[in-house]
Amino acid sequence: MDDEILQEFLAESWENLAQLDTEIVELEKRPDDADLLASIFRTIHTIKGTCGFIGLTNLGGVAHSGENVLGKMRDNILPVTPGAISLVLEAIDVIKGLLQGIEETGEEPKTDHSTLCGMLDALAEGRDTSAEADAAEAAMAPEAASPETPETPAPTVAESPEPSPEPVAPAVSQAPPASSPPPAAAKAAEPAAAGDGHKKSVADLSIRVNVEVLDSLMNLVGELVLTRNQLLQMTRSEEESKYAAPITHLNRVTTDLQEGVMKTRMQPIGNAWSKLPRLIRDLEQVTNKAIELNMAGAETELDRTVLDAIKDPLTHMIRNSADHGIESPEARRAAGKPEIGTINLDAFHEGGHVIIRIADDGGGIDPDKILRKALEKGVVSEAEAERLGPPEILQLIFKAGFSTAEQISSVSGRGVGMDVVRTAIERIGGTVDLDSRLGVGTTIRIKIPLTLAIISALVVESGGESFAIPQLGVVELVRLAAEDRQKIEKIHDREVFRLRDRLLPLVHLDEVLGLDSAVDAMLEGDVNIVVTQVGDEQFGLIVSEVFDTEEIVVKPVGRLLKDLSIYQGTTILGDGRVIMILDVAGIASAVGGITNRQGGVRTEADASASGRTTTMLLFDVGETTMAVPLSLVARLEEFRQEEIEDSAEGIVVQYRESLLPLLSIGGASTRPAGEPSKPQPIIVFTEGRRSMGLMVDSIRDIREERLVIERESQQPGVLGTAIINGRATDVIDTQYYVTRAAPDWFEGQASSEAARVLVVDDSMFFRQLVTTSLETDGAEVVAVDSADDALARVEHGDRFDVVVADLDMPGTDGFELARRMRERVGSRALPLLALTGLDLGRVTADATEAGFDRVLKKFNARELGRAVEELRDAAAAAGAVE
Amino acid sequence: MSAATDTQADHDVTQYVSFRVDGQLLGVPVDAVQEVLNPQSIAPTPKARPEIAGLLNLRGQIVTAVDLRRRLGLPQLEEDGEARGARSMNVVCRGDDESVSLLVDEVGDVIDAPADTTEPVPGTLDLKWRKVTEGVHRLEGELLVILDVAAVTELS
Repeated sequence: MDDEILQEFLAESWENLAQLDTEIVELEKRPDDADLLASIFRTIHTIKGTCGFIGLTNLGGVAHSGENVLGKMRDNILPVTPGAISLVLEAIDVIKGLLQGIEETGEEPKTDHSTLCGMLDALAEGRDTSAEADAAEAAMAPEAASPETPETPAPTVAESPEPSPEPVAPAVSQAPPASSPPPAAAKAAEPAAAGDGHKKSVADLSIRVNVEVLDSLMNLVGELVLTRNQLLQMTRSEEESKYAAPITHLNRVTTDLQEGVMKTRMQPIGNAWSKLPRLIRDLEQVTNKAIELNMAGAETELDRTVLDAIKDPLTHMIRNSADHGIESPEARRAAGKPEIGTINLDAFHEGGHVIIRIADDGGGIDPDKILRKALEKGVVSEAEAERLGPPEILQLIFKAGFSTAEQISSVSGRGVGMDVVRTAIERIGGTVDLDSRLGVGTTIRIKIPLTLAIISALVVESGGESFAIPQLGVVELVRLAAEDRQKIEKIHDREVFRLRDRLLPLVHLDEVLGLDSAVDAMLEGDVNIVVTQVGDEQFGLIVSEVFDTEEIVVKPVGRLLKDLSIYQGTTILGDGRVIMILDVAGIASAVGGITNRQGGVRTEADASASGRTTTMLLFDVGETTMAVPLSLVARLEEFRQEEIEDSAEGIVVQYRESLLPLLSIGGASTRPAGEPSKPQPIIVFTEGRRSMGLMVDSIRDIREERLVIERESQQPGVLGTAIINGRATDVIDTQYYVTRAAPDWFEGQASSEAARVLVVDDSMFFRQLVTTSLETDGAEVVAVDSADDALARVEHGDRFDVVVADLDMPGTDGFELARRMRERVGSRALPLLALTGLDLGRVTADATEAGFDRVLKKFNARELGRAVEELRDAAAAAGAVE
Repeated sequence: MSAATDTQADHDVTQYVSFRVDGQLLGVPVDAVQEVLNPQSIAPTPKARPEIAGLLNLRGQIVTAVDLRRRLGLPQLEEDGEARGARSMNVVCRGDDESVSLLVDEVGDVIDAPADTTEPVPGTLDLKWRKVTEGVHRLEGELLVILDVAAVTELS
């Protein structure tokens, strides 16, 4: 079997299955959700289809039986019952087991699943009675619990005695002897944990690059950035360097390269969460509790090494919250709480860190109980215990060998305590905080610093020393002229400053760091205030000098400096100097009284704030100030007048290996009047492959504002007027300028002999397969995973010779895609080809009706290549006639 | 390295990199030393323990510098406004997972010390010293105090 195709299949299947666990649990809650059912059906259908394609009969059989049941559910023939769901979940577990076997041996395990398939088929045929379903469920429980049953593929058994590389797992084996024969049900949770480790190997393969390669690439980029910084520093001191141009280019390329490499390593934290809903469901069944898990911020991105490191601790903490935190429904009712317990899991960026918060509304932790347990277990001595206050007592649960559950429960109380969690988090330089109120709930806050990364940082000087402040924590810079010094007011002995409409507490960095204050105090000159943000609070750091922003490589602080919370890391500057990177949040807590630890309140404020405001870039043109949402701006650049060249279509500059057309406000592409020596500020907008530069007189400010267009504009290039910074400001329409900047001219440059084909398929496997086959035929292929993406591309003017689309897709399907494409003027000239796994006889008429020119069966490479060629030639001929 | 092993086998001799701090001759085993450097520019680390002189850039690797004078409770060098470490030599030692530089006044020869001249650390020594020393070698005319690198860099 073609190994690459197989790997592709495995990667895609794992990805789909991870999502499936979550969806099926959802389905149990919302049995009437037709979209959800359709999506689940599709996933299993895809697996089944691909199995048939690459000849995996055993796997295909299980998937087929599962699909039958789901199909009946989708068509409302079969009710969605817990028993049926459990059976489907079991089928999914078997599919996982088979996939694992294939992954490990390259061969499909020859195991017998006829019992399961029989039960599924019986269910699908409606032969099932509720009693039978219950029996099926009962039969399934022990089976899922013990990996040794013959039902599960052999590789799992072979694998289990091996020491697992997961950090938490070794601790499991060190569990105190009292818990060594865990109750049978305890194992129910285990397959999920074990599956975690296995799944990682394949799901991560979808990156298809050895992680070591990425890591070494990352290191090399780090070195490159340092060298680039050195070069920049050298040329900056020279007036007219002949190296200036190539170094500027090197600078840009390095920045892009760095962004690219960083991106390859970033993964949404949701990847580590996908299994949690299933985990909670299993726990609900074992513990007889009702628990709702809410997850927010799944899109928060983390470096993959960090993500890997927190996966297990996270799972563990969620398990703890569900098992120890949430009370039984009876206890909850007695306490006047809703019977359903809630666990909130959220992640967000804060001041250069990623914060993950797990909050439950359970019983909270009783400090007295903790203290008793700690004394009992000898974790603290009597004498020590007397000196401990409640906050310190809570910290005791992080000590080794602590289990808080009244009885050793099957779920989490097996000696793997919070100490393991803490160790795992601290290993990557993070911290864990715990806050608990008896009867109200417990909140665990994990803070992970952005080490091993390249960040943008502001270099400042204080007390004669240089320091770096991560840009993420910097809101703005305020420079107070020497004569305005009296604007700094005092409350008692604390300095504050009226910044626009609020009071900004001020902190002298040299004082915080205990530096020789005499140096700064002597200065009579301007005051530099770096306004920093921690949580929803801001404060101003007074520094003696603000230098440039630099891209710096964060190196972790050494062991001897680990306990200093005011530093986030160290770095080496372009000139070889070592400087410390300040941790803004750490400084805030060192100063005291600034940080607000009431997390719950803050996020609400954050959420509502971010929901309402837009960051706007303000710029001046002549006498007027105009604005554009910052998210639409690709870059801000400055060009010298002599860099601006004339062309037939207007003025251009050379930019990143191609020509960037320039327009001024109003749409003219003529040289701006003014002194030739003055640099020309340019705002670069990019859409698809097109870029253009808008010439403005000066960049004024960046403001967070509620963007409400008060008045629509008739003027071309202006979207409307909004009140920004208390003034009526025109908001420009970037689309107008991008389209206006000679669209065809750009297309002309890019087009070539090769056919441009847009491939639309939600299955990564087929996307890859079709792409490869078309590329082999010499076509230029753009592959997207949804119809909406495809429509967006076409609507943004991306030109294609042929579109190849799957019919059955989530969201907008292939039929709808065709209809919408046909609605667009002139897109008759764009041939559409449907590629489907569905029965051709059944769908061809509908597809043609929707606007497809050709319908092909998945998948014959030669047939597809020929069809694309024909369609393209036909369209070209038709175009020529017109 | 093989030469060292040979001599060790033949005469049970250990080699030490010797250096002086405030006149006292000290040594650390050769195999604990990564390299010896001339005075380096050392970036200060405000708020860190006083024994930590700062950080230095060793070809892209960031190394924490421990001021041995402070670590051993000895008087500070007169630095006349010079940066810390501007007159000190660096003995860079390999740690468990990171290297640490010991700031010393001057670096001497590599000394072969036979096992039979080894003495335990006298019990009368200052506790600060006893905690970080492994033993003493009776050299001709002088005593060589052997430092325990792990203990020296353990500050908590």
